[in-house]
Amino acid sequence: MQVSLQERGGVLYIFLDGELDEHTAADARRYIDSAVLKYTRINKAVIDLSKVAFMDSTGIGFLIGRYKAFRRFGLPVYIANPNRATDKILLIGGIYAIIPKV
Amino acid sequence: MKNTMKLEILAQSVNESFARSTVAAFALPLNPSLSALSDIKTAVSEGVTNAIVHAYRDETDEDKKKIFLEAEIFDEKGRKGIHIVITDHGKGIEDVPQAISPFYTTLDGEERSGMGFTVMQTFMTDMQVESEPGKGTRVTLTKILDEDER
Repeated sequence: MQVSLQERGGVLYIFLDGELDEHTAADARRYIDSAVLKYTRINKAVIDLSKVAFMDSTGIGFLIGRYKAFRRFGLPVYIANPNRATDKILLIGGIYAIIPKV
Repeated sequence: MKNTMKLEILAQSVNESFARSTVAAFALPLNPSLSALSDIKTAVSEGVTNAIVHAYRDETDEDKKKIFLEAEIFDEKGRKGIHIVITDHGKGIEDVPQAISPFYTTLDGEERSGMGFTVMQTFMTDMQVESEPGKGTRVTLTKILDEDER
């Protein structure tokens, strides 16, 4: 799973690319949680899932984990561009009540 | 048409992707829709992940951490689909109804969603869980494919 971060107009975009499961989540988690510390002038984060080719329920725990981690910096988190399969998992997990879709 | 396969893998997270891709490839002769295929992949991933994360948590002998996958595809008399059985010889589940209830997790500090069984139940046509503490767990999944997926 590749992760890249990009800041635009006070928004931190986090792009996930690849398959998100129990095997790949740990590295992505570590990378994001340490990289986010370098961005001090952002007021929200958007996790872009357009290139997530596969995700199981690990993704629900992963996204809620980032929501909790970012909340400590007062940063609201949003989800962008899930594909149909990813959307299905996220709907079952009721995740959009916590992390809205943009 | 009927076909069967068996797969034995070590309970290592690197095998999650291998297991779900293998079962999906095995199901291809059924000409499943993309969404049915994705449902099957996701359900297998959940079952295998459960065995890796929970079943063998306390097992120290790496060679004993084995997961057995069996699958059967069928297309007979206007009915087609796949049966998948995921078996482990791990620690088993004390309370199956509790384990399969949504958002229930025994690993609170690890960002686990507790949604694995719910996803298997929702994405497949049927799910059966048999477990004996100290002996292991067997999850049987069935996906019946729609007629229009012919």
